Amino acid sequence: MKSLEELKAIREKNESKVGVRSESASQTRVVVGMATCGIASGARPVLTALSNAVQEEHLAEKISVTPTGCIGLCQYEPIVEVLEPGKEKVTYVKMTPEKAMEVFRLHLKEGQVVAKYTLGAVQK
Amino acid sequence: MTEISLNVLDVAENSIRAGADYITVEVLISSGDDTLTVVIEDNGCGMDEEQVKQVTDPFYTTRTTRKVGLGIPFFKQAAESTGGRFDITSGKGIGTRVEAVFGLSHIDRMPLGDINTTMQTLIVFNEPVDFHYRYAYDEKEFVLDTKEMKEILGGVSFKDAEVSGFIKEYLDANKEETDDGKSV
Repeated sequence: MKSLEELKAIREKNESKVGVRSESASQTRVVVGMATCGIASGARPVLTALSNAVQEEHLAEKISVTPTGCIGLCQYEPIVEVLEPGKEKVTYVKMTPEKAMEVFRLHLKEGQVVAKYTLGAVQK
Repeated sequence: MTEISLNVLDVAENSIRAGADYITVEVLISSGDDTLTVVIEDNGCGMDEEQVKQVTDPFYTTRTTRKVGLGIPFFKQAAESTGGRFDITSGKGIGTRVEAVFGLSHIDRMPLGDINTTMQTLIVFNEPVDFHYRYAYDEKEFVLDTKEMKEILGGVSFKDAEVSGFIKEYLDANKEETDDGKSV
């Protein structure tokens, strides 16, 4: 059986980071709908993909990824909302891990909204 | 819902919204009894008798963003359609316990699915909540307890890539040892 032993090494390596990563007002918030509607439509892998990408690219201080409840647009789940300070909220709908990675690359990293996946584009 | 593990995620999210800070998740497989049992127990706000009666009704929900609540009815139906049973007990101010028993070899039983990712997701994204997870297959079992992990980590976040990666590896390695890699 694998034990928790390895965590000690991880702690020693990362102790300097403790407390640094508090949520701040300058952070971009990425919110994934994780109620029954979201989960049933495939939100779990979308949340995992976004969170992993943020961690892998060491962007956790700038971007927080969090699950939330039902956003009220169940037919458009999985939904990802991007809330950047000082900007209007962008709602991405019918997400998949692949589409979410496009949003990560283009929007979260380069600041360019991926219009084709937004609620506005889908509702037209 | 296509996997039991997604139902677990859904029901545990209810516990979190009920303000729980301690949630026990158990997945118990018994080939002798031909059952797969899932128990989710929390110390959240709980429900009164009236609410408990209503909660398996798809047209009952406390939320305001939509008019139906399908999570619990889905889970109940999934269990009962395999010759199993479903129980929910709750006490206001005490917490809620959900138990679903599935017929293990029943043709209509959905697969357990990726229970490890469900647990990793719950643990990593709800760091203030403590989880006690137990997975048992016949005589073998393993436990993951986040309180123990927090003591060792001393403030290093679960969201840290190395920690969240470790959680997944721990679940994967120990699940495989417990069920010999059988697909459930």
